[in-house]
Amino acid sequence: MTRQTKQTAPQQDRLVTLLIRLSGYSSILLVTLIFIFLMKEGLPALADVGIGELFTDRWYPIEGYFGILPLISGSLIVTLGAMLVSVPLGVGTAIYLSEVAPSSTREVVKPLVEVLAGLPSVVLGFLGIIAAAPLLRRLLDLPTGLTAFAGALLLGLIAIPTIVSIAEDALNTVPAAYRQAALAVGATPWQTIWGVTLPAARSGVLTAVMLGMGRALGETMAVMMVTGNAPTLPHGLDALFMPVRTMTATIASEMGEVATGSAHYQVLFLIGIVLFLFSLVVNVLASSVSFRQRKRAERLLS
Amino acid sequence: MNERPMMLSSVNRQGLTPRRVQQLGYGLLRLISLITVLPIFLVVVYIVVRGVPSIDWEFLTAMPREGMRAGGILPAIIGTVYLTLGTAVFAVPLGVAAGVYIAEYAADNAWTRLIRIAIINLAGIPSVVYGLFGFGLFVIFLGFGTSILAASLTLAIMTLPVIISTTEEALRSVPQSFRVVSISLGATRWQTIWRVVLPQALPGILTGVILGLERAAGETAPILFTGAAFFLPRLPQSPLDATMALPYHIFVISTQVPGMPVQIQFGTVLVLLVFVLGMNLVATLIRSRARARREW
Repeated sequence: MTRQTKQTAPQQDRLVTLLIRLSGYSSILLVTLIFIFLMKEGLPALADVGIGELFTDRWYPIEGYFGILPLISGSLIVTLGAMLVSVPLGVGTAIYLSEVAPSSTREVVKPLVEVLAGLPSVVLGFLGIIAAAPLLRRLLDLPTGLTAFAGALLLGLIAIPTIVSIAEDALNTVPAAYRQAALAVGATPWQTIWGVTLPAARSGVLTAVMLGMGRALGETMAVMMVTGNAPTLPHGLDALFMPVRTMTATIASEMGEVATGSAHYQVLFLIGIVLFLFSLVVNVLASSVSFRQRKRAERLLS
Repeated sequence: MNERPMMLSSVNRQGLTPRRVQQLGYGLLRLISLITVLPIFLVVVYIVVRGVPSIDWEFLTAMPREGMRAGGILPAIIGTVYLTLGTAVFAVPLGVAAGVYIAEYAADNAWTRLIRIAIINLAGIPSVVYGLFGFGLFVIFLGFGTSILAASLTLAIMTLPVIISTTEEALRSVPQSFRVVSISLGATRWQTIWRVVLPQALPGILTGVILGLERAAGETAPILFTGAAFFLPRLPQSPLDATMALPYHIFVISTQVPGMPVQIQFGTVLVLLVFVLGMNLVATLIRSRARARREW
């Protein structure tokens, strides 16, 4: 023990603790860095292009038209369409898995939903082009199958795993005593689900829906491949069956061709800022909802 | 007798007893679940059936020929392996350390809540925004160029929240008594974590790591402008080279190259699917084996 090159345990502890602490704080640093870089590259667009110009309905960058309204509306149409698909299917499946399904069925359904969560979106986009779009075109008698509708269907599928897993968690955390009490006063299992369990889990289910929406809004490849890439402002309800272009798809398809630092480049980063802020709002809201739910459950059970 | 109060009002009108309502409700839930699950099943079967005939030794080990309309997809496969390993190199140490911090060290205070909010936000940022960020920071600002290095770093940041959350969860599931015994025998906090807690949590952490890397392997948007190449005549030679990758290659051959043979498209999709679902399977096996063996 004369040559003390090896550190003593407490010394080693201090060093490791420091490294671990730094790693722990890294996520704050990263979110801040991401925000700073988006702002640094995107904010100049407000001055160079002008806010008034940005909120117009014409996106035609080659001729200097940078109206992002068609892109925002494209994202909204596709996302809302996707929610019409994924909320009933996702929440229904979560209720089935948590309250009804025998464990043998659960063992089949849950891994399949996990498979869907793992399917790369580019694979679904490929299937959208090669199988879904031609089918939709024939069924609905449209000039092209590559429409907001096709995008909404695919996105609905993509958002399902998020909704199922979080909503199921929420239902599982409803104390068994709630269900037992409902059954004991004479409710049927269905009345218990509908009148007691689901309302008790509603904030968690709401979180699931919001995070699913965030997932759909941020999805890029599948949407870019099947929505037909037409940055036009929709008029009326039939917009669902016309080609659109989302914010994410615009960044993905145009970023590769722009000159670094050009107005077009800045506007694409500005769209990135819009997406970042959207997801920030959705996620902070979702996490505050589930936080409050936990507080209430603690209060009720204490 | 438990049906009496509801029956009085509903049976007269519809013959809908609560029992009948329940049958209908359950039927509806079963139908919904079937509608959810069936497309997933069909997608996988369809890709396997259409893709398997394209797979042969040449397809997996040869360079593309004739404008990618013939030959193999070796550079895309190798590229995806490189990117996945590169992601692991950066994301695993940082993510596991951050998970350890939150589970074992962090006090319940405002900073910790801020860290949690940051992780939740990282998890929610759209993948294409990661691509923008990676381009701004790694490609331009740090001067890595479009490269495996820049793409791996971008994917790593995107993967981080999955690894942090699963690590935290795995560590929290290790019983407190393990730590108490170890500390009471004179071990330091770090020795306790390194020798006692982490080994117990390892299967859970591994599962999370693999699921995170699975997502990274299948992502296209973050690598579009940070490291993916349309076509390269040779394999990448260093981490500073751009690379082809399976997801981007699928995008290219299904939208950018006219006259692409369908067999090559389905073959490439199948290879990516096997890659990704293979990782999924490994993760599932690790998890279920660990559950079966667990002694606490």
